[in-house]
Amino acid sequence: MQRYWRVLKLFWSTAIAAELEYRLNFVIAAVSSLGGLIGSLFGLFLFYRTGYEFPGWSWEEALVVLGAFTMLQGFSATVLAPNLNRIVRQVEQGTLDFVLLKPISSQFWLSTRTFSPWGLPDLIFGLIMIAYAGTRLGLHPAAYGLGIPPLLFGFISLYSLWFMLGATSIWFVKIYNVTEVLRGLLEAGRFPIGAYPVAYRIFFTFVIPVAFLTTVPAQAMLGQGHWGWLLGAAGLSLLLLQLSRWFWQFALLFYTSASS
Amino acid sequence: MAFRFPNLRRGFAIARVLLSVYYAYMVEYRAELMFWVLSGTFPLIFMGLWAKAAEGGQFALDSATFIRYFLAVFWVRQLTVVWVVWEFEREVNEGKLSPFLLQPIDPVWRHFFSHVSERFARLPFIAVLVGLFLWLYPQAAGLPSPGQFILGLIATALAFCLRFIIQYTFAMMAFWTERASAIEQFWYLIYTFLSGMIAPLAVFPEAVQKVVLWTPFPYLIYVPANILIGQPTDMLQGLLAMVGWGLLFLALNRWLWRQGLRQYSGMGA
Repeated sequence: MQRYWRVLKLFWSTAIAAELEYRLNFVIAAVSSLGGLIGSLFGLFLFYRTGYEFPGWSWEEALVVLGAFTMLQGFSATVLAPNLNRIVRQVEQGTLDFVLLKPISSQFWLSTRTFSPWGLPDLIFGLIMIAYAGTRLGLHPAAYGLGIPPLLFGFISLYSLWFMLGATSIWFVKIYNVTEVLRGLLEAGRFPIGAYPVAYRIFFTFVIPVAFLTTVPAQAMLGQGHWGWLLGAAGLSLLLLQLSRWFWQFALLFYTSASS
Repeated sequence: MAFRFPNLRRGFAIARVLLSVYYAYMVEYRAELMFWVLSGTFPLIFMGLWAKAAEGGQFALDSATFIRYFLAVFWVRQLTVVWVVWEFEREVNEGKLSPFLLQPIDPVWRHFFSHVSERFARLPFIAVLVGLFLWLYPQAAGLPSPGQFILGLIATALAFCLRFIIQYTFAMMAFWTERASAIEQFWYLIYTFLSGMIAPLAVFPEAVQKVVLWTPFPYLIYVPANILIGQPTDMLQGLLAMVGWGLLFLALNRWLWRQGLRQYSGMGA
């Protein structure tokens, strides 16, 4: 376990050192996230402009969901996208061999190898948005703490789904874009799940668990959470994580390297 | 001369060959294509939100119109997808542009026809998805009249050309910077929110609507989609805006192309 911590520190410090070579990129990323933030707020404003409310969600409460979504986006830009989108290339070029030979879990290596600070502005903006909405709603400081566990469960669930999709490249090799499908569907997490029609709600709860990623953490923060949902989020994330491990072991059975 | 073929018959022959070659190429990657289609579900998500919102609140359009609008958006969006900046950027950065420069045809036509033929390969997948949603929401069903449909198709084709020219202009920046696609990504962000993809312009605040109509964004999605579903649209103004913006970017593009070629050193050449 300690060894993994040490390796992780090495991975990320080298990755950050490499990224700092491109400081201008960071400025671009920050400006882009700010633009995205304004756009998201505008999108939400269009619904609330005429006095309509998502059933059971005031403007500030919907902002909390948007904040959780922005943080999730930041998390995927910092850790998930840079690492998991590379699995495809590793398989295609056969460099996965080198990863498999290392005396360390290959899933760990593939999932944590790089760290891109590009997503940090999103994480920060998400936090600001939640803090702003929380203050307007007069949330108790401890309430924010209640939102952390479900948010972490959300991160884990998202990671596991993304990793499993990436792992399918063992069979299909050229599927750079299968994760784009997941990303496109995740956009639904911008808004509370209650804002969708029934068919959408079922799909985004049971097929692609978007509801657990943003709505459940927001509800926990707002004190509207039900233990059932929280337990569901925890169970789902652990189940998906374990599934992703099994799936990776299973996928590796079919790995034949690039030239053999 | 750049965007023109020396004579018409040769032009048709070249277009036909390029189209069939790229069509064969695109069909080869059907699975990949299907995933690209599925990754464009953004308008469908907003369709659900607005359909439900219109049932409970006071908006400029009713629920069924929202559904029809977003299905049209999905359709237009799928038919106007452009990715030329990524390909061009790679060609410049890796020096692959050099051999194409030797050919007696402007490299833009390869990109253009690969995009056009990809539309045909994509069509069946789009039709299936649109069909699925029409089945889910029968109240929105109702095909556009032939006149509307033809006008809508023309508007979609124009929107595609405009988007292609704009993105190809950004691609020209690849001669000076390694990451021309960053410009496109930033542009895309604004495009997402102002083109009518998240909501029809009719529900925008009045002031925003007026400003946005001066930008190229609504003509890329909102106007063609509106024509398709038969909502009242100022067609003349739309046409003028599309042609105007198109010519502006075309001029800029040709100028940058000439400047860029002087700048181009051809990696590894």
